[in-house]
Amino acid sequence: MTRRQFAIPCTLLLLVVAPYVLPPFYVTLMLPALAYGIILLGFNLLFGYTGLLSFGHALFVGLGAYTVAVMSSRLGFKSLELSMLAAIVASIVVSIPVGLLCVRYVKIFFGMLTLAFGMLFHSFLFKFYNLTGGDSGIQVARPSLLGMGFPDLDKTAFLIGPFYFYCLALLLLLGYLMWRIVHSPFGTHLRAIRDNPRKAEYVGVRVHAFRLLAFVISAIYGAIGGTLLAIPVGLADPELAYWTHSGILVFMTVLGGFGNFFGPVLGAFVYIALQDQLMSLTQYWRFALGVILILIIILFPTGLMGLLERRRNRKAPVVDRGDA
Amino acid sequence: MSVVIETRGVGKDYGEFRALHDVSLTFSEGEVVAIVGPNGAGKTTLVNVLTGLLKPTRGDVLFRGHSIGGIGPVRLAQMGMARAFQLVQVFPQLTVFDAIAAAVVSQQRRSLDFWRATRSIAAVRERVAEVAAIFGLESRLDWLASYLSQGEKKLLDIATAFALDPTVILLDEPTSGISSSDKRGMMDTLMEAARKAGIKTLLLVEHDMDLVAEYSTRIVAMTEGKVLADLPPGAFFADPHLAATIVGKPLGQLRA
Repeated sequence: MTRRQFAIPCTLLLLVVAPYVLPPFYVTLMLPALAYGIILLGFNLLFGYTGLLSFGHALFVGLGAYTVAVMSSRLGFKSLELSMLAAIVASIVVSIPVGLLCVRYVKIFFGMLTLAFGMLFHSFLFKFYNLTGGDSGIQVARPSLLGMGFPDLDKTAFLIGPFYFYCLALLLLLGYLMWRIVHSPFGTHLRAIRDNPRKAEYVGVRVHAFRLLAFVISAIYGAIGGTLLAIPVGLADPELAYWTHSGILVFMTVLGGFGNFFGPVLGAFVYIALQDQLMSLTQYWRFALGVILILIIILFPTGLMGLLERRRNRKAPVVDRGDA
Repeated sequence: MSVVIETRGVGKDYGEFRALHDVSLTFSEGEVVAIVGPNGAGKTTLVNVLTGLLKPTRGDVLFRGHSIGGIGPVRLAQMGMARAFQLVQVFPQLTVFDAIAAAVVSQQRRSLDFWRATRSIAAVRERVAEVAAIFGLESRLDWLASYLSQGEKKLLDIATAFALDPTVILLDEPTSGISSSDKRGMMDTLMEAARKAGIKTLLLVEHDMDLVAEYSTRIVAMTEGKVLADLPPGAFFADPHLAATIVGKPLGQLRA
């Protein structure tokens, strides 16, 4: 425990000083990692804690991105908080009916159903050109943060300065909220559902209702992360909601380790760094990522975080790889 | 003794097949009722009807005067009836503490608390410690259930049912999967736990007639979906024909 108490402030310190010491390019690389960190905190509430693996979670990421795009360039709202609020509302409105249908199923059926909804949303974005801009998407105008527009900063200075810290603060805030959620009685019930839904019912857990709640919370996190993801790029495009993007979310989570609270966030940072390095090395970077994923599942099913934890604690949690 | 559960002319059909036929029984406070019968006699169907999992085709099931036909396990747990299954059901990746806490949290109606840590709520901690102590699991609180021995898993399974603080508990073969030398120990623990927990009525589905004779205050014998006999153990075992029907062979051959 002492090592964790040491590791958390050190990581925080590194994240705070990063924009002052790293070249701007690397700071801009950290922006999507922070946004993915938020998305995956929500994603893992569903996957790691409730046992539901969604293959359509990019739907909510796309929803968040398109909400901020519509808010900022179509409706002229510059406030990022306002856009985020709209994204939260949109994600709740969409996730309740989708969730109601999906949480009745588990395992591959849940995965396929969420995948289908994700593809449905992608084709909506792609085909309804007048509404969504089709394959060219919708531009995202530079937002104001807490009412401040930072007009004297150019785009890069804005991104690696105020926007970076804004994202970091949000990651910490939402991370803290999620930490409370997973350790609360509600979180205990989610883990009971994950482990044995039948038994959970007999100890009084409202399995479907709680799965739905977890689904909605994870959708909200996905949408908030989606708004942050779209801003540095300046564009919301259908690729954000494409099923391969959902696959990347799964990849990041498995890479970092879904059995650990911090695993997915670590996975987001490592994935972004890995992708950047591999892309500069070889055009076959997707191939290399595939090999890495295979190696992780076979050799380190608990992910990078599991690897770190195991060195500290010999009684590492067992992970059901489905081979036992 | 006040009546806790009552079935009135309950029947359950699966298509053409009549699994239960006109079953009228009452279960009162202070009883330890063993439900016995050969395979396919309708014991499990009866238990599923009694616990509100199945809606009877005919008749009605009342728990403390309220109809519970098909209300489902969650409402039932809230009303004060708990159930453990024949096959051990645990939460493999949860610690013993968390598994018992999951039931305690339901019972204390805290499941929509998103903020406080389960482990930091004193009322939860105390109750978990209490239940764990009754079942001798206090030294295992931080163990993942998957590391427990088979016997300990069974104890944990039943402990989570007890943690709901029910007035009635229904145990489907509580000693199955336990070596015959340990069965008595298990039953003693259960009886002791029920007494300490203030459980009023205990329903058991049990195959081991020696245990039934020793621990039950009443035997309900089922065959072909009907109640064949509803007697105290003394009268039940005094009738050799009855015991033979239930066990499937004459009593004299039982120990052969």
